[in-house]
Amino acid sequence: MIENGTFKPVIVGFLCNWCSYRAADLAGTSRMGYPSTLRDIRIMCTGRLDPTFVLRALQKGADGVLIMGCHPGQCHYQAGNYKAIRRFALLKRTLRQLGLEEERVQLHWASAAEGVQFAETVARMTEQIKALGPLDWSHNWPNEDPYAVEEATE
Amino acid sequence: MSEPRVGVYVCHCGHNIASAVDVEHVAEWAYKLPFVTIARDNKFMCASTGQEQIEQDVKEHDLTHVVVASCSPHMHEKTFRNACARCGMNPYLFEMANIREHASWVHPNDRDGATNKAKALVSAAVHRVIHHQPLEPMQVNIRPETLVVGGGIAGIQAALEIADAGHHVYMVEREPSIGGHMAMFDKTFPTLDCSACILTPKMFDVGSHPHITLLTYSEVEQVDGYVGNFSVRVRKKARRVDEDLCTGCGSCWEKCPIKVLDTVFEAGLGYRKAIYRPFPQAVPKYPVIDTENCTYYKTGKCRMCEKVCQTNAIRFDAEDEILNIEVGNIVLATGYKLFDCRRIPQYGYGRLENVFTSLEFERLTNAAGPTDGKVVLRDGETVPETVAIIHCVGSRDKHYNSHCSAICCMSSLKFAHLVKEKTGAKVYNFYIDMRPISKGYEEFYHRLLHEGTTFIRGKVSEITDAAHSPEEEGKLVVICEDTLVGKQRRVPVDMVLLAAGLEPRADSSEVGHLFGVSCGDTGFFIERHPKLDPVATMTEGVFIAGACQGAKDIPDSVAQGAAAAARILSTISKGQVILEPIRASIDESRCSGCRICNNMCPYNAIDFVEDLAVSRVNPALCKGCGTCVAACPSQIITGAHFTFDQLMAEIDGIMVDVTADDPFAVEAV
Repeated sequence: MIENGTFKPVIVGFLCNWCSYRAADLAGTSRMGYPSTLRDIRIMCTGRLDPTFVLRALQKGADGVLIMGCHPGQCHYQAGNYKAIRRFALLKRTLRQLGLEEERVQLHWASAAEGVQFAETVARMTEQIKALGPLDWSHNWPNEDPYAVEEATE
Repeated sequence: MSEPRVGVYVCHCGHNIASAVDVEHVAEWAYKLPFVTIARDNKFMCASTGQEQIEQDVKEHDLTHVVVASCSPHMHEKTFRNACARCGMNPYLFEMANIREHASWVHPNDRDGATNKAKALVSAAVHRVIHHQPLEPMQVNIRPETLVVGGGIAGIQAALEIADAGHHVYMVEREPSIGGHMAMFDKTFPTLDCSACILTPKMFDVGSHPHITLLTYSEVEQVDGYVGNFSVRVRKKARRVDEDLCTGCGSCWEKCPIKVLDTVFEAGLGYRKAIYRPFPQAVPKYPVIDTENCTYYKTGKCRMCEKVCQTNAIRFDAEDEILNIEVGNIVLATGYKLFDCRRIPQYGYGRLENVFTSLEFERLTNAAGPTDGKVVLRDGETVPETVAIIHCVGSRDKHYNSHCSAICCMSSLKFAHLVKEKTGAKVYNFYIDMRPISKGYEEFYHRLLHEGTTFIRGKVSEITDAAHSPEEEGKLVVICEDTLVGKQRRVPVDMVLLAAGLEPRADSSEVGHLFGVSCGDTGFFIERHPKLDPVATMTEGVFIAGACQGAKDIPDSVAQGAAAAARILSTISKGQVILEPIRASIDESRCSGCRICNNMCPYNAIDFVEDLAVSRVNPALCKGCGTCVAACPSQIITGAHFTFDQLMAEIDGIMVDVTADDPFAVEAV
């Protein structure tokens, strides 16, 4: 996104309800500032993260995607974040083949008490993506909605 | 079905949101979003006027969906869902955009950025909400039994309140007796009433209560289920004494030839036997055999306790028992751990003989303790003439614990009083700040000032036995900067007491994980809300009470124990609890029976129906994490309220061009 003439990344965040969304809430209640680049979506668990969500966000113009969950071993649903790690590894492999830079899609952990770490993660990722520049996949992606086909056959 | 009609409400939250977000602009812009029938801004949406606005608009404008952009859904989602429900809407046709915690409060100096982010979040919510489906919350029956984990004063209070109301309580305690830390203390501040005198009647009540099953020397191993219907596996460690036969007469531990240093109850100052009862008033009264030290388990010989037992209650071959209990609610009252003073080497604990911890002093001054209540040095006979009490040991110090342990000021004052009363010694209290904040505490501090205790304001840098002058010879020298006078002091004393801080239990994170409760950055359990919901947790049906939630004294622990009990009693009397309908369901007509989801579920909630060759979710076991939904290769598992369509629409909505005046001009056509 171009704001006031300069490139400002848009990062779509997927935050789990129990740890990282609460960390973001804590960053808010404790007034720990971070760049206004993150637009976050709440999911119950990182285990719910369908890799196509990440692709959709990038397709729609996101410059980066930040997935955050509970620390390994601390998942509210016991093991959802481990499932997320595995899917993330596969997704990254695909994205690498598509030529996407490593920093654009990241997976991190923040417990409900880690407002500071949450704010730092967003700030760090913002700097990394600023250095990379816009992704602009929206213009390099086929115009048709890939899911529209599926719906049409029903 | 007719087109959706969405109402959008953007909250100012006084200045909390409006100071960083252009609220009016966000509301005007939101009006252009697809299907938005009405968009308003409001000073306080959570106030009754804000809620009434929603109710009025739903009726007048025939709204089908509602979006409120205000604070975190963890704060007010319930409030607005209820407002929607009041005007006959299904509460799940509501969505919230968090523009306070996630926008105005974190981007206070970036008005454009915060406003743009707020627009994106509102757009996401509008795009998402039109895909929402009406959901019916699940009602489940609440089992009236309750599990209380931890038999300290907080757990005892909670158990008694619930049991007195006529409902059954299982109390699980790790140690052989209930009582917790309070049972080790001598006097309680500020009234100086005897700790045992006020605690032991309650312990006795727990032990003899018809509605309490006491499981001491036991630990919870597994917790399954959900609020109202938890199944808990408890390991009851083998006492090796038959509780049905034992009378607690005491001849076994009198005759047992093995003396063991008691590091738990006597804080390393006294001894117990290899078969022992932790303290005379222990509940239950039965002893336990310590197999690590018992001769029989080393050489196969001795069996002295068996020989002297009149009722033949000794069972050398007893094994751990596994109990499965069903409960509706759980109270965690697992207490605290005392800061290990060895971690501050310059204070010399463990190296300098006459440096004591607060717990050691409690035992020293306790009439039932190892010295029969005599305050003496480590040699067991010398009465100290000068005593230094160091406050804030391991607390309020970024190297150890940044939190204030809340009790040390008052217990240090209590120690000063007891030392003076019992020995007439000169007492120096070294403090950073005095924090006697509760009822009667400040008065107690003034009493101590009048009694002649010397207070020196300053953090002690070192305690040493290296003398610089003849009067320091053979003494412990406390070195400290007196910050009120502005000079360095060396105070020679005979005895030093370290007021050790309170820390979370060493295994609090594992215990928390077992029960679905998370720990804060200090390691104490996190409550649902720090002010308004201090005993509930993010897991429905699991409550926390006492020092496991944060350092606190006896009155506060008792209050929390009773508060947790009150919360539980209200659900028991209601008989039912409403669960979020966030559950997975499988479209069986399209399921290929690949069984990939079966192994995904951490709760074994997905069964494979053999004759139909499809998978099926058991809604009572499903907790709605959505891991199976993401895993299904045919995308035929629906995660209610977090469906594929809803989340995809939310992504599309969040990515709209917020800088454009009317990003939907084309789409709307």
